[in-house]
Amino acid sequence: MEELVLARIQFAANISFHILFPTITIGLGWVLLFFKLRYGASGDERWIEAYRFWVKVFALSFALGVVSGITMSFQFGTNWPGYMEKVGNIAGPLLAYEVLTAFFLEAVFIGIMLFGASRVSNWLHTVATFCVAFGTTMSAFWIIVLNSWMHTPVGFELRDGVAHATDWWAIVFNPSMPYRLTHMLMASGLTVAFLIAGLSALRLLMGDRSDSPRLALKVGVYLAAVLIPLQIYAGDLHGLNTLEHQPQKIAAMEANWETRSNVPLLLFAIPDQAQRKNHFEIGVPNGASLILKHRGDGVVPGLNDYVSADGKPLHPPVAAVFWSFRVMVGVGMLMLLVSWFAAWSLRGAGAAAISPWLLRGLVAMTFSGWVATLAGWYTTEIGRQPWLVQGVLTTAEAVGPVSAPLILSTLIVYLIIYAVLAVSYIAVLVHLSRKAAEGSGGGPATGLAAVTD
Amino acid sequence: MTLFGDPAIWLPVAFAGILGVSILLYVILDGFDLGVGILLPLADDAEKDRMIASIGPFWDANETWLVLGVGILLVAFPTAHGVILTALYLPVAVMLVGLILRGVAFEFRIKAPLERKSIWNWTFFAGSLMTALAQGLMLGLYIMGLEITLINVAFALLMALCVVGGYAFIGATWLILKTEEALQTKALIWARFGLFGAAFGLAAVSLATPFASDRIFDKWFSMPAFVALAPLPIVSTGLLVVLWLSLRHLSVSENRAGDWVPFTAAVALFVIAFVGLAYSFYPYIVPEKLTIYDAASAPESLMIILVGTLVVMPVILGYTALSYVIFRGKATELRYD
Ligand code: HDD
Ligand code: HEM
Ligand code: HEM
Repeated sequence: MEELVLARIQFAANISFHILFPTITIGLGWVLLFFKLRYGASGDERWIEAYRFWVKVFALSFALGVVSGITMSFQFGTNWPGYMEKVGNIAGPLLAYEVLTAFFLEAVFIGIMLFGASRVSNWLHTVATFCVAFGTTMSAFWIIVLNSWMHTPVGFELRDGVAHATDWWAIVFNPSMPYRLTHMLMASGLTVAFLIAGLSALRLLMGDRSDSPRLALKVGVYLAAVLIPLQIYAGDLHGLNTLEHQPQKIAAMEANWETRSNVPLLLFAIPDQAQRKNHFEIGVPNGASLILKHRGDGVVPGLNDYVSADGKPLHPPVAAVFWSFRVMVGVGMLMLLVSWFAAWSLRGAGAAAISPWLLRGLVAMTFSGWVATLAGWYTTEIGRQPWLVQGVLTTAEAVGPVSAPLILSTLIVYLIIYAVLAVSYIAVLVHLSRKAAEGSGGGPATGLAAVTD
Repeated sequence: MTLFGDPAIWLPVAFAGILGVSILLYVILDGFDLGVGILLPLADDAEKDRMIASIGPFWDANETWLVLGVGILLVAFPTAHGVILTALYLPVAVMLVGLILRGVAFEFRIKAPLERKSIWNWTFFAGSLMTALAQGLMLGLYIMGLEITLINVAFALLMALCVVGGYAFIGATWLILKTEEALQTKALIWARFGLFGAAFGLAAVSLATPFASDRIFDKWFSMPAFVALAPLPIVSTGLLVVLWLSLRHLSVSENRAGDWVPFTAAVALFVIAFVGLAYSFYPYIVPEKLTIYDAASAPESLMIILVGTLVVMPVILGYTALSYVIFRGKATELRYD
């Protein structure tokens, strides 16, 4: 039992750390390609300066993503041997295709993209940049396919307790995959948009006099302003899809105990699983029914339908799902406000004199994408409990024989390292921004001489 | 697809082959860049930059062979993957921490403020060393059948040192190939020391494996096999001699033509050692417990992966080669522009 809890905490800690960096590289790869193409088309130095600054951030994030990802690929065997034994015939090929079509592509071309500019022709360098961006996106595709299949498993049959694939097309295009992939890719785009806007704002506040952060800031703000309404819309569709396939997750997200009509949209509540009710509810009448069923008297499933005959809950832990969902949506709403306000202030000549308050607001939002993304994943993943593969395999069945003290000690080491690395990462981003800001003060752009530092 | 007979028979063999190739490529490729990390403290600051520049464009792709290796183990032999990785939980964790430290140190050392650079250099060294030690431990425990006894652990510790020596050795030969002048001279000295380590390690494994199991002993010392296998020890002795001579020659030579010889010979040595090990263990994937047939996934899943591998692998090898061609020649300063 203890092993199970620790193995779960360890897995969650590792993947939570891992996902921070892919979230950045997936979006940033395409933005770098955009900078490079704009420079090629316009010859405007500001674009290549932006490229040179952001490629450093990319290289750093990429390295952190790779090393934490390698940890992930060992975790299936060290923490969840039962997982591969039961559904390995399906998970295996998907993971193999991720390595073959995505990891090698990005790992090889990142060398050329970072260090090859003076050794290869410009078009080959652009191709390398494209291959890296494409590779990160392919990697997201395959892993999301697998993850979505774990939420909505189809296209297989159980023989002697082992899953065998019967229809690969159905497995890859499983019911929740298109929604989850779209939502995740846009989450990356938003994370990067706010990171770019935030760090560019920081550089301007630090007195950067070059034009390039101003331009990058605009790119970040406009990207965010375009993506966020799309993301909210996609999130809504995603929720409707989940209602169809994992109603107990939706019930937990809304903290709705009884199946009933006219369910309010709770803005605040303290779900109490022991007493099976909420304390201190504040809600919008009929809100949840309206969102999920598009009519005020729509019937929304309740958690009490998912209790075994002897009273054991067969639904996920309610409070964690309820709150992480609210954090994600809350940050999403904040993103909408900030990005639209910023886009509106930047219109026309506004960019010349951006108010310091707006800059400070954008700095405060720098890592908002991380918060929303993690909250979203917690909603999704905790919402699947007690299942590891919905309806097929429980998490408890998959855990391995490794002893609790061993897991605990390695967990502590991982946590310490992750804390140090996260702090160093942010410190280096600030340091790079300060150096760029100082460099811009001393005469013409030093961009051309920029070495790897 | 009964074209080649029963897929339940040949698919596991094919995957054992793919697994072997990726582990071998990993050991050689990441071996040289881990080795460069292990040698780092021996160089001065400017040389450190040059050493790291020599592996900069490659290390990420090199590590991907490890990901493919565990990936294939995971997908083709899921039961073995669980058994091996839970038995090796601790060394695996140490290795992962090592890989994390060196991977990030690589980036941080050039991006962090200058006064922190030496901390990250040490981190890079420590991470490389931990990784090599942990891999040696894993190899040692694996050879001894994954049983934790005092003598097995002692042997595994010895293997850990041998792997560190072996990686430092191939790393030094890589530096001979990729650097010039003073640093190249240093690398020649390191390689001459490393050669002893490598020869010792090779001898230790060759002696220990047959005695770890009667089955392996019979495989090597029963009659037709003994003759058929004779080339392995003979060629490796020859390679050691070639290495010795070429290192001595390069140390005194003026223009250092032939600086590619030590690295090439070192690679050949790694290949031979690996083939010997693979021969000893085949058809077992968990020594003496699980054969590749017991541990293999369902044929229809393996087939899907095989098709993908056969299509994609040549492409991967192609663009990997492209990158080695682009960054051929002596290492220069790493620049983003
Ligand atoms: C391919 C599979 C996969 C993918 C892409 C993800 N997860 Fe996951 N997640 C699992 C496969 C999984 C798992 C193996 O199925 C776990 C381990 C234990 C469990 O219950 O599910 C899990 C559990 C798990 C838990 C613990 C839930 C609990 O035990 O109550 C958290 C917090 C996360 N994950 C977070 C994430 C994050 C932040 C992800 C973003 C990338 C993510 N997961 C992607
Ligand atoms: C269980 C889940 C996961 C596993 C086992 C896993 C495994 C890995 C591994 C082994 C790497 C390193 C590859 C290399 O050497 O280049 C990696 C990197 C990466 N992963 Fe994951 N990963 C997981 C979850 C995710 C998710 C959910 C996403 C995206 C939505 C993702 C996106 C990426 C990307 C883009 C990279 C490239 C490195 C980078 O850009 O930082 N991964 N992952
Ligand atoms: C504001 C409106 C939003 C809504 C209505 C919404 C809706 C949802 C829903 C329903 C899920 C759970 C899917 C499941 O059942 O498994 C989810 C997951 C997720 N959300 Fe959101 N979301 C919103 C905003 C955001 C924002 C702003 C981000 C990040 C920038 C984000 C990132 C994620 C991520 C990464 C996941 C987990 C992956 C997935 O299942 O797609 N969401 N979202």
